[in-house]
Amino acid sequence: MLPHHLQTLARVGAEVELEIEGPVSLRSVLDALEARFPMLRGTIRDHVTQQRRPLLRFFACAEDFSQAPPDTLLPEAVRSGAEVFIILGAIAGG
Amino acid sequence: MSGIRVLVGTRKGAFILSSDAGRKKWQVDGPLFAGWEIYHMKGSPADPDRLYASQSNAWFGQIIQRSNDGGRTWEQPGTPPGEPVTTPAGMPKGESNKFAYDTSSGSGKPLTTHQWYDGSQREWEFKRVWHLEPSLTDADTVYAGVEDAALFRTVDGGQTWHELAGLRGHGTGPKWQPGAGGMCLHTILFDPDNPGRIYTAISAAGVFRSDDAGKSWKPINRGLKSAYVPDPQAEIGHCVHRIAMHLARPDVLYMQKHWDVMRSDDAGESWQEVSGNLPTDFGFVIEVHAHEPDTVYVVPIKSDYEHYTPEGKLRVYRSRTGGNEWEALTNGLPQQDCYVNVLRDAMSVDSLDECGVYFGTTGGQVYCSADGGDHWVPIVRDLPSVVSIEVQTLP
Repeated sequence: MLPHHLQTLARVGAEVELEIEGPVSLRSVLDALEARFPMLRGTIRDHVTQQRRPLLRFFACAEDFSQAPPDTLLPEAVRSGAEVFIILGAIAGG
Repeated sequence: MSGIRVLVGTRKGAFILSSDAGRKKWQVDGPLFAGWEIYHMKGSPADPDRLYASQSNAWFGQIIQRSNDGGRTWEQPGTPPGEPVTTPAGMPKGESNKFAYDTSSGSGKPLTTHQWYDGSQREWEFKRVWHLEPSLTDADTVYAGVEDAALFRTVDGGQTWHELAGLRGHGTGPKWQPGAGGMCLHTILFDPDNPGRIYTAISAAGVFRSDDAGKSWKPINRGLKSAYVPDPQAEIGHCVHRIAMHLARPDVLYMQKHWDVMRSDDAGESWQEVSGNLPTDFGFVIEVHAHEPDTVYVVPIKSDYEHYTPEGKLRVYRSRTGGNEWEALTNGLPQQDCYVNVLRDAMSVDSLDECGVYFGTTGGQVYCSADGGDHWVPIVRDLPSVVSIEVQTLP
């Protein structure tokens, strides 16, 4: 699930379905997202360091993955498509 | 019949204001890129329908947008919708938003740190593009001034950007420090008579000049005095807010500094103060009349702690003598209870026979004078806070 501004950049709705081969991790989900929507490169992870941008957070199945290492596996419910992986703009004013 | 297109960048999107040469009836289009900060939008002198925009916010970073039809439609130049997501060579697209500092050994010097507010050293960290300056002759070549201060260039219409690392690498970088708005490269000027000559200005470092198309640079700040740095006449550390040039006389430069309005008659080799009778010489914008190289405009702001117009009066000041002698232009501008700012990129002129002058305020007003500043009318009154104004005079 994408925040509003990334939906408008990618010209998609709130939810995007991705086909991922192999382990479903933070890294593989974001790699697949950026491969399909290259205009999102740099908006979620820094272009150079590949680190999560500071004011974004990651959630899945009511669990906070924002601080998790990139190769952390996401829950089975996300892998199967039963639950969404949420990219969320932190509430920081404005 | 010629027309005018005013490109307005605001804190919450972009707007395009259009009029015929009469400059009385305006069409307002926007918001474009709604909700994003648009630090700058500018058209190519070589192709007026080619526009570039810097779109950013703290959450999602930097986006470069390009229009090929005068702002009706936009695309990220590295990723046109509907095209394959990789190049024929298999390289990923989406590079148009990537501003990676040059760290190669070819840069010549270690490009590692700059000065922080407290005097300690910090690494460069890209934050946003403040200013886009398209080439005078090639619509695909654009220079970008960024925060943390550096100069980038694209030669493929914005698809890829590469740093001109000679600016950060010439040796004074560790003395650069951020101003209140960040450590930004905000002004880029080209000398039309000398294709190799480029001026840049950085807050708070000063003015720099290249005479070899951006390969090498030198500071040109002799004559500047800044009481807020330990050595007021230091080579580096001056909070230059804006410089301006008339294309017909490119060796003459005008500067609005943090405090002081300055002028150089020798391509920046030396500067003299021309604040004269201004009510305050603090401010951000400075602009030159389209046809009169000695006619200059500023908007005095009360002080560095009070970023609003003095006495609650919004006054543009005009000098017809290249500085020192200034007259207040108030006809049509609010003269009571007005406490707005006019930011450094928020004034521009058109080149119609009777030069039009335009500026935008942090209160969301965009004002136009169709007679060189004698009379002002608001084109719009209630936009988001205005960051930048550029004017195109269309054939």
